[in-house]
Amino acid sequence: MEAIVQQFFNLAIMERALPLILSGLEQTIVICLLVIPLGLIGGLAFAIISLSRLRTVRWAAIAGIDFFRAIPPLVLLIFIYAGLPFAGLRPSPMLAVAIAFFLNTSSYYGEIYRAGIESVGQGQWDAARSTGLYGYQTLAYVVLPQAVRNVLPDLVSNTVEVVKLTSIASVVALPELLYSADMARSVTFNSSPIVLAAAIYLVMLWPIVRLISRLERRVAA
Amino acid sequence: MTTGALPILEIRGLRKRFHDVEVLRGIDLVVLPQQLVFVIGPSGSGKSTLLRCCNRLEEPSAGSIRVAGVDVMARSTDINAMRRQIGMVFQSFNLYPHMTALRNVTLALAKVLGKPRAEAERIGMAALDRVGLADKARSYPGELSGGQQQRVAIARALALEPKVMLFDEPTSALDPELVGSVLNVMRELKRGGMTMLVVSHEMRFARDAADRVIFMDHGVIVEEGPPQQMFSAPSEARTRAFIAELAR
Repeated sequence: MEAIVQQFFNLAIMERALPLILSGLEQTIVICLLVIPLGLIGGLAFAIISLSRLRTVRWAAIAGIDFFRAIPPLVLLIFIYAGLPFAGLRPSPMLAVAIAFFLNTSSYYGEIYRAGIESVGQGQWDAARSTGLYGYQTLAYVVLPQAVRNVLPDLVSNTVEVVKLTSIASVVALPELLYSADMARSVTFNSSPIVLAAAIYLVMLWPIVRLISRLERRVAA
Repeated sequence: MTTGALPILEIRGLRKRFHDVEVLRGIDLVVLPQQLVFVIGPSGSGKSTLLRCCNRLEEPSAGSIRVAGVDVMARSTDINAMRRQIGMVFQSFNLYPHMTALRNVTLALAKVLGKPRAEAERIGMAALDRVGLADKARSYPGELSGGQQQRVAIARALALEPKVMLFDEPTSALDPELVGSVLNVMRELKRGGMTMLVVSHEMRFARDAADRVIFMDHGVIVEEGPPQQMFSAPSEARTRAFIAELAR
């Protein structure tokens, strides 16, 4: 028992690792602030393109969504960071993370938006277009607000996944939360920093997970 | 009604094909200013498609449609500009559920006509007042009865001052006790000189408000005439059978 507390819940070691872990948290937050908006915007673009009246454009968007949903994000990240240099491109860790997450999360957000847009009936389009609104105005004022409302739990849920997924940035040596905690672990030969990092993820995400449950009830009602 | 007035709506040789099904097989129809033309016919006869072709919610396969003399199908015609002159009311109301009644009415005023907010709201309130719902301006569609929702939908079309209004079974989705309020609003519009093309099965309404009744079946106009004649002494057997069915 004593040994377990020493190895996993060592407060002295946690305290020593705290500055490093907090700087890792800062990096994680920076990554999130970069990739979540990118994903939300990219996803919306994917979704809108996939609604195109031109079949080839529509299929290209859907193929893109499918492709990047099927590729493991870790593979994508390593390919961009370690594979592209062979083509003469040498992205920084942050840029590689941004590109990989843009492609991966956009495709997920895109699919959610698409489901949301499809959940809004044709009648709404008909009504808006019959008053002379352009297609993009109909989308912006009439369809998207309802679509987003219908899929809000899924959008938030996916965002939680994105936050958790930022830990893969550690493989390209971006010193985010997990990377920092693991560094502290290897220096101290003690798992407590990892436990601390896990606790920070939990504290960050638990309220959002609760929120999702409430949103789901509201949408179901 | 002035004789020799230019038609508001002029449909010639209209055809519409969905894949290998021809839903409209050559429709010719003229609606003069201030007329109320009533379209009846069995479901699947193409009535709704006819209305939806008028503002190109459905793209006609052949034929021509003119609204106030303007060819709706011409490349040079701005269809969005035309659409606001062609009001449309739907069976299922299609109000925007996330907007108040007033905002439902003012959206196109603001975004299509570019009216400043205050003016859009003034026009919107006037339109809601015409359908007797000024006091419901701040209500959301979900808080209104079906009849009230449909009247808001009428106000939404009306606010754009259309030259003609298309009604696609406006009372079919309503509980019987709510039908009257919507028909009363339509009577008021008629009295105010609005030109209307109405798909509906409200025969009593057709008798006292329609100038002309058209019977459609299988994508063609089988017969047309004044309501008294159409309901009492139709000449075609198909029309007689359908009227008898309606009256049951």
